[in-house]
Amino acid sequence: MPEARKLKYDEAAVRTLTVEDLDALEIGAGILGTGGGGNPYQGKLLALEAMKAGYEMKVLATDQIEPDALCMSIGGIGAPVVGVERLREGREGLRCLRAMEDLIRAPIDAMVCEEIGGANAINPLVTAALGGLPILDCDGMGRAFPEMQMTTFSIYGHSSTPSVMCDLHGNVVIFSHAVSEVWHERMARACVVAQGGGAMLATAPMQAHFVHRYGIPKSYTKAIAIGEAVIKARKVQEDPIAAVCALEGGRRIFNGKITDLKRHLRGGFAVGDLELAGFDDCVGQTAGVAIQNEFLIFRRNGKVEVTVPDLIVLLDVDTGYPITTEMLRYGQRVAVLAVPCHDLLRSAQALEVVGPKAFGYPEITFSPLPPAVRQAA
Amino acid sequence: MYRVGIDVGGTNTDAVVLHAKKVLAGVKASTTEDVTSGVIEALEAVITASGIDRQRIAAVMIGTTHFTNAVIERRHMEEVAAIRLGLPSGAGLPPMVDWPDDVREIVGNHGYQVRGGYEFDGRELSPLDEDEIVRIAGDIRAKGLKAAAVTCVFSGINDAMEVRTKDILQQHCPGLPVVMSKDIGRHGLLARESAAIMNASLLSLADRTVAAFGKALVAAGITCPFYITQNDGTLMAADVVRAFPVLTFASGPTNSMRGAAFLTGIKDAVVVDVGGTTSDVGSLSHGFPRQASMTVDIGGVRTNFRMPDVFSIGLGGGSLVVQCDNGIVVGPKSVGYRLRQDALCFGGKTLTATDIAVASGKADVGEKAFVTSLARPLVDAAAAKINAMLEACVERSRISSTPVPVIAVGGGSILMPNRIGELDVIRPENFAVANAVGAAIAQISGETDRVFSLIDGRTRESALAVAEAEAREKAIAAGALAETLEVIEREDTPLAYLPGNATRIHVKVVGEMGGHDA
Repeated sequence: MPEARKLKYDEAAVRTLTVEDLDALEIGAGILGTGGGGNPYQGKLLALEAMKAGYEMKVLATDQIEPDALCMSIGGIGAPVVGVERLREGREGLRCLRAMEDLIRAPIDAMVCEEIGGANAINPLVTAALGGLPILDCDGMGRAFPEMQMTTFSIYGHSSTPSVMCDLHGNVVIFSHAVSEVWHERMARACVVAQGGGAMLATAPMQAHFVHRYGIPKSYTKAIAIGEAVIKARKVQEDPIAAVCALEGGRRIFNGKITDLKRHLRGGFAVGDLELAGFDDCVGQTAGVAIQNEFLIFRRNGKVEVTVPDLIVLLDVDTGYPITTEMLRYGQRVAVLAVPCHDLLRSAQALEVVGPKAFGYPEITFSPLPPAVRQAA
Repeated sequence: MYRVGIDVGGTNTDAVVLHAKKVLAGVKASTTEDVTSGVIEALEAVITASGIDRQRIAAVMIGTTHFTNAVIERRHMEEVAAIRLGLPSGAGLPPMVDWPDDVREIVGNHGYQVRGGYEFDGRELSPLDEDEIVRIAGDIRAKGLKAAAVTCVFSGINDAMEVRTKDILQQHCPGLPVVMSKDIGRHGLLARESAAIMNASLLSLADRTVAAFGKALVAAGITCPFYITQNDGTLMAADVVRAFPVLTFASGPTNSMRGAAFLTGIKDAVVVDVGGTTSDVGSLSHGFPRQASMTVDIGGVRTNFRMPDVFSIGLGGGSLVVQCDNGIVVGPKSVGYRLRQDALCFGGKTLTATDIAVASGKADVGEKAFVTSLARPLVDAAAAKINAMLEACVERSRISSTPVPVIAVGGGSILMPNRIGELDVIRPENFAVANAVGAAIAQISGETDRVFSLIDGRTRESALAVAEAEAREKAIAAGALAETLEVIEREDTPLAYLPGNATRIHVKVVGEMGGHDA
């Protein structure tokens, strides 16, 4: 908006990110991607370029903004294989922001992240920086999920239309109204193909009090802290995995070597099954992980132990770096971490959308991991 | 007729003579600063050792780390124009955006972004801005740049804009070498572009190096053609290297793996090449190293060359063995080339992995008496640690649970136990010069890797057939015998999230070099 904007937050309350924070966020978002979420690398490059040009990435706690402030979430949509060849223009998100402000005839006060896992952890930061806005320290998944309707905002009643989708050519598409979140997802996917396989999508603004209540809290702070812990542990040659567990209330549930990986197609999704043979304290045990974009189900000796929406994270035993589903290969030595998801993903309402049944496992009942024992950060 | 293989490594230059698939002789010489005198020394030594008539050498194959080292050491790189066709795509990420500052400065940081490029389905992303190319040509003349690299979005689908840009540049800058990204790398713009830029910056060095190798051979009285090995284990005619030096990157590990396959006759195995400081471990499949699927880092720059999937650990014959609070640590520090002065078994003062091998009775080098005083628990613990390190990287390099043999090559391979986990270890004759053997037996390849649109009656099968025909044509043009060609890689990947019409197809064929009977 060209006219002077009345700030709905105290500028002293923002945390301005540094280059080191971005490096940590890349790793932390990779870990919270639970195997999926896309590679944050190109997003980080765009963020670094914006930083060099003088834009600031400002993160703001969800309770540090006026309750009626307008907040807009944004994320990338499209095929990752196209995205590595046809790079983004860089200001698609900013054009979404301006188009939304025109559409609703009101300024947006802050940006929101849909998923803190993978590439979409960084996309909204760049938009916020270019637009001069803070990004709220929360997200709609606390991890990565494959589809738009799987955010806590959608699950708890926010209708994501009207939405705005912008591509690198300058096309602006407005979805005025979708009768359901699934319809919205379906129409947006069809449109992105016409746009060349990649675009940015901003969803209908929410009021800050709604975001505060239904967003997964402190996502950026947590993702950065996780990445920092890995970087620091590697520097002083301590166990990075223990550092991640200490921060996230997670626990290492298995140490194993990948002994088999089967991939196949089911209902249009590339799904897979991973088999692990235990070592160290897990010698003699076997484990399996079911995959669909992300790691969904963990079984030990054939028995289900952890299921989506709780987080199943695979880390390289030696480096602590996250292993994504496309990196999996025979012989890798991995640590499996189980991290309790936020309570917002555990309600009956949420489990309908993000529980085992929603991913094609109607026979499996979600049995929650014990709640996280978080250390004071 | 004979074949001579030469491997120019960082420390040693190895040479072998092959006749009818038999190694007649293998020698090691020191690599020299000027490279050529080391090559001549190794050549003379191996000709003497094998007693052959040098007039009967049919071909010389050279593996070299020269171009990789140039980038790692930031030497001999020229300033180039880096031109990307694709605006508005990528506007926020200019060419060389993720390069370390020092190497970006060395190639001059002359990045240009121009309207152009294609979409995944072959549509134009933007029409090519030819006026802008003419303007850049003027800039190249004014700045006196030595070469240009052109990268177009989705040039794997349509190369017309890269070709057109090259024509315009050469029309306005006669004689300017122009590298097109479609000839260099694969799908993935930033990495392919970086590879093309690096290639352009190494063209003068390539020219000088190939000329120097040629002179060294003439000086040794050898007049046959010579070839340089590529990172996929196949050969490039010397003249082709003048245009594509980057394709030699990381050919060393490939040569040692191919040499290991040749020396043992085994086509599916894990190969461990143990040097003085590090060990390289990779998987052989059908006699060729498995290729890396991810980007590969060269001197801090992300590229997507065809590279072997090799995993390195800091464990070699010279690795220091240190006892500390939480047990025994072996490597990554090493005495390196000073092994024969510093190791205990050679009368030195440093406890190395080689000493452990000697003390535990695994190897017989130096003086066993010098290591008999080592405490037994220390020797056992260190030997166990070395075995565990080797086992972990062998496991990591395996491609399936099917048991395959482990082939040990390289000067430091005395460290290898006779079994690793459930796998047998084989140490072939001439293991120490496996690199040079790999160079001597290299084949010729042809490859296609691009996206096909399966429309207008084109099926997956017909697209694969077209790709295979293209790959065969390329191999024959490079000197392969048509009747020996076989397909070693053939894969198709439908592009996810998109309508089923776009499929990426990758076909690679290899064959024996024609023209002689070695």
